[in-house]
Amino acid sequence: MKPKHSPARRNRTQRLGFFFLRLVAIVAVIPIIAIIAYIVYKGAPALSWEFITGFPSDGMRSGGIWPAIVGTFFLTMLCALIVAPFGIGAAVYLSEYAPDNRWTQSIRIAIINLAGIPSVVYGLFGLGLFVIFLNLGISILAGSLTLAIMTLPVIITTTEEALRAVPQSFRVVSRSVGATQWQTVRRIVLPQALPGIMTGVILGLERAAGETAPILFTAAVFFLPGLPSSVLDPTMALPYHLYVISTQVPGMSPEIQYGTALVLLIFVLGMNLVATIIRSRARARRQW
Amino acid sequence: MNTKNKIVTENLVLQYSDGTESLKDISLNIPANSISVLFGPAGGGKSTFLRILNRLNDLANVKQVSGKATLYSDTGELLDILAPDLDVTSLRRRVGMVFARPVVLPMSIRQNLTYGLEAAGERNKNRLNEAVDRSLRQAALWDEVKDRLDDPAVDLSGGQQQRLCIARSLALEPEVLLLDEPTSGLDPISTGKVEASLQVLKNNYTIILVPHSVQQAARAADYAAFFLQGELIEYAPGKEIFTHPTIQQTADYIEGRFG
Repeated sequence: MKPKHSPARRNRTQRLGFFFLRLVAIVAVIPIIAIIAYIVYKGAPALSWEFITGFPSDGMRSGGIWPAIVGTFFLTMLCALIVAPFGIGAAVYLSEYAPDNRWTQSIRIAIINLAGIPSVVYGLFGLGLFVIFLNLGISILAGSLTLAIMTLPVIITTTEEALRAVPQSFRVVSRSVGATQWQTVRRIVLPQALPGIMTGVILGLERAAGETAPILFTAAVFFLPGLPSSVLDPTMALPYHLYVISTQVPGMSPEIQYGTALVLLIFVLGMNLVATIIRSRARARRQW
Repeated sequence: MNTKNKIVTENLVLQYSDGTESLKDISLNIPANSISVLFGPAGGGKSTFLRILNRLNDLANVKQVSGKATLYSDTGELLDILAPDLDVTSLRRRVGMVFARPVVLPMSIRQNLTYGLEAAGERNKNRLNEAVDRSLRQAALWDEVKDRLDDPAVDLSGGQQQRLCIARSLALEPEVLLLDEPTSGLDPISTGKVEASLQVLKNNYTIILVPHSVQQAARAADYAAFFLQGELIEYAPGKEIFTHPTIQQTADYIEGRFG
């Protein structure tokens, strides 16, 4: 069968195609580079030891953001402690134990729907259930619980993916030498899936750390004279702090605004880096 | 030859969930301390038959199994293999299986071998090490790996991995060893080593082998069963069936008129 166009023409078409694909790829990367570059440029001058470890003063116009950093850290950590056991446990059940029937399919649909709920709706839900009904008040605990529910579907999905990536042949071999289903999960499947699970948890927490809406009504306050002393205390938090000083405080220096944004960015990108390191080291050491 | 039976199967029928009938009324006696070969073209039901014997078919989409399969254990007890309340983990330690593609667990050589024993509750380091030693020798792998037992098993060659899989089953000291095309991915030298070790192993174990060629079947079989489309066509001692098959279909397959 003779091709319709000459080799030269086909070559040109191919090179044109590759050129546009490369262009599109570069365009896709530009926004993230631009954002990081801009925030680093405008916010780096604000970074100093006092800024990171000091308390705000003069109505937030000067001083440091230490309580916001600590607050975000506590919220993220407590969220992790709550969401990890439930999310990983649910994923292990769905992936390794649940039969493929209507009931299981409904659970999966529910999880997908949960992932699509806007974060401000989670915030309102958290206000109603944790702050008001369970009487936790505006507190780290209410905020972390709200963040945990928001993060749950992501954890379940990425954990299931990590579990599914473990070859089925390992399970068959394990059962064939007399191990039980639980022994197989505990000794082979979970350990092999662990790097993937950890990556998923970190990326899920990354989103929780940076969200404003879920903690808006449930945990965050504008100003605290000191650090929170228990999980029932409210707290300052980086995303909320950034929102407030960018919109509600007259006479705010842009340097401090960008400095706060930069700290939040470093926090989040730092988690990304940890996840990437875990993933690449695990890939190198993988025995399959 | 005075042969007592190791496994007796009566009227085994198995149907998969997608409707394919895999076994149609198989009644077969496996003699102890010998190599019984199940041969025939693909789709004959040989692998399915093996998987009934260690209840590995529980893990697949099986709609229905009926019939009877009895294991005459060394301890004297008779185990009803298809009984719903049977302790299958214990059965699988007595009836070991080696698969066609070598699958080593993502651990060291030593850990691969002790995995089954530890799952059974064995904690004694001496007994575990002794099992590692014995099973590697029985699988003709000891000399090649004795200096690197703690290296990852995945670093071994294909032939070595398959012998490791054999050793892994032997570590549990089973009574029966099921081998489903164990040398199909191996070079002739590794194949020879495996076949040689099976001849030694049959003195202590009962071996059921699905070969990957008729030639291997003829080399290894003390007894041979010809499976075709889920039916048992003919079953006879190896010396007879490959030289004087009594049924035309058996003769046709052995002589390569179909396959």
